[in-house]
Amino acid sequence: MNRKIMERARQIGYTLLLALGAFITIFPFIYMISTSLKGPLFVFELPPQIIPKQPTIQNFINAWTSNRFGDYFFNSLKVTLITTILVVWFASMMAYAFARFNFFLKKPLFYLVMFFMMMPAMTLIVPQFILAIKLKVIDHLSGLVLLYIAQNIPLATFLLRGFIEQVPVEIEEAAKIDGASAWDIYWRIILPLSLPALATSAIFVSLGAWDEYVWAMTILNNPEVRTLPVAIAAFQGTHNSDWGLIFAASLTAITPIILLFIVFQKFFVKGISAGAVKG
Amino acid sequence: MRTKNFQKQLVPYLFLLPGMIFLSVWLVYPMIQAMNISLHDWEIMPGRTSPFVGLAHYLQASTDPLFWSALRNTAFYALVTVFGQLTLGVSIALMVDRLIRGQVIFRVLYYLPVVTSWVVVSLLFKYLFNSSPAGFINYLFVDVFHILSSPVPWLNEANTAWVAIYSLGIWKGVGWTMVIILAALQLLPEECFSAASIDGANDFQSLIFIKLPLLLPTIILVFIMLTIGAVQAYIQVALITGGGPLHRTDVILSYMYYLAFNDLDYGYSSSLSFILAAIVFVISQAQLRLQRPIEMTAGGN
Repeated sequence: MNRKIMERARQIGYTLLLALGAFITIFPFIYMISTSLKGPLFVFELPPQIIPKQPTIQNFINAWTSNRFGDYFFNSLKVTLITTILVVWFASMMAYAFARFNFFLKKPLFYLVMFFMMMPAMTLIVPQFILAIKLKVIDHLSGLVLLYIAQNIPLATFLLRGFIEQVPVEIEEAAKIDGASAWDIYWRIILPLSLPALATSAIFVSLGAWDEYVWAMTILNNPEVRTLPVAIAAFQGTHNSDWGLIFAASLTAITPIILLFIVFQKFFVKGISAGAVKG
Repeated sequence: MRTKNFQKQLVPYLFLLPGMIFLSVWLVYPMIQAMNISLHDWEIMPGRTSPFVGLAHYLQASTDPLFWSALRNTAFYALVTVFGQLTLGVSIALMVDRLIRGQVIFRVLYYLPVVTSWVVVSLLFKYLFNSSPAGFINYLFVDVFHILSSPVPWLNEANTAWVAIYSLGIWKGVGWTMVIILAALQLLPEECFSAASIDGANDFQSLIFIKLPLLLPTIILVFIMLTIGAVQAYIQVALITGGGPLHRTDVILSYMYYLAFNDLDYGYSSSLSFILAAIVFVISQAQLRLQRPIEMTAGGN
């Protein structure tokens, strides 16, 4: 009896403590939403109002129309989709080769992949910038896609190889006897069986591409061609007190990711320990 | 027969080809180029000569007070944020693990900052730490809690700016730590705890003598991964203080970026990149060495 009451008290105590912590954690988001609904006169009102007195969606309209965040949203979407599809495709091919074949350069090539998995993303930015100039992809979204593919392949390959190695080989051997080529096996057996791992990789690649800022800010100078993170940061740089509009734009950028996270929670949890290698 | 064998040998290379082209062009070639740049006083303009200077840039770093200050700042940032994320993340995970109801919702709520872009949360903290009396943190500490007597211009001075940058770093990473520790906790064998409680161990004893020792390998791994992430801090610094005032809040990467794209000192900047990469590789080696035994004992994460 006593134990039961103790346990009950503990459950309530922990829940209250965790709820307080969770409130502190999400409060900045609540405050961001609240600010995005305020006119410019109210963003530094004293005392700050958590529930705006005269809420307005004008910031969202302005962001989407006169400040072209609609265009930037679609730029980000394009870059993210193309990057994700190509990374998952190429990385799964590499992973299949590393998991299922023995070849002369297997070890050195795999170490190369591991090496770039650990290499901090920003370290090569100077030569990559010079290369982007040479290839004339400055101020082009393609310049983003090209580097994002290269940067995301190592970790995705590493993850997928680990998964493919766990897939039992019997099915493939049966298919081989029936005369299936390596490509058939990759396309019809390996890919369908690796769907959960492909989804996990796709999620962290798209998250990375959607949020990437440093490279995009370095090679995109023309306001016509921007992705959301660059546009938001640049907007804050030039209109540094229009916080309502900055946060309206920020919310359009983070909402898809948060929805994706809530829907695909399971894959996020799987992907994070792997995705964390890059910090 | 021989040609057929040769074709067979070729197959894995064909599968590697598309990915390897991207790696070679955008990572391997730039890597060689970066080494080359770091050994020269590099001029980006075609036609200008770039004198070879050997290891001079690496020596330059050793006597550059701004580099040392950036290195110190990076170390402190790692120390403070990793400690904060670990203590909070582990405590929260231990509590969530004991809950009968609400595990999923707390996991989602604490994880939200992790999935939000660095650009957005950096600007958000910049706004919260605004120097005006109506900046939210000033309002909270002056008008609500009465801890401060007057509003603080947080971001105008290095010491107070670090408070904002550190709190952002901790706030953003607690959920990540918590989710990994929670996963490890839920893999621990239940028998240990029931045996201990039959032997009369109270909760505190079973935490100190059973749970924490069993979690230790995961905690060490998380510690290393968080450190690797922390020494690569850039966006939060770039957007909140820009490394200012007078480089006093620079970290290695913000100083490296400044040297390359403001001073156009590509050579020196590239040598700093390699110094950072070396630091990260040393820490990664520790991770690789630890990860293997952990995967065998705890089933990995």
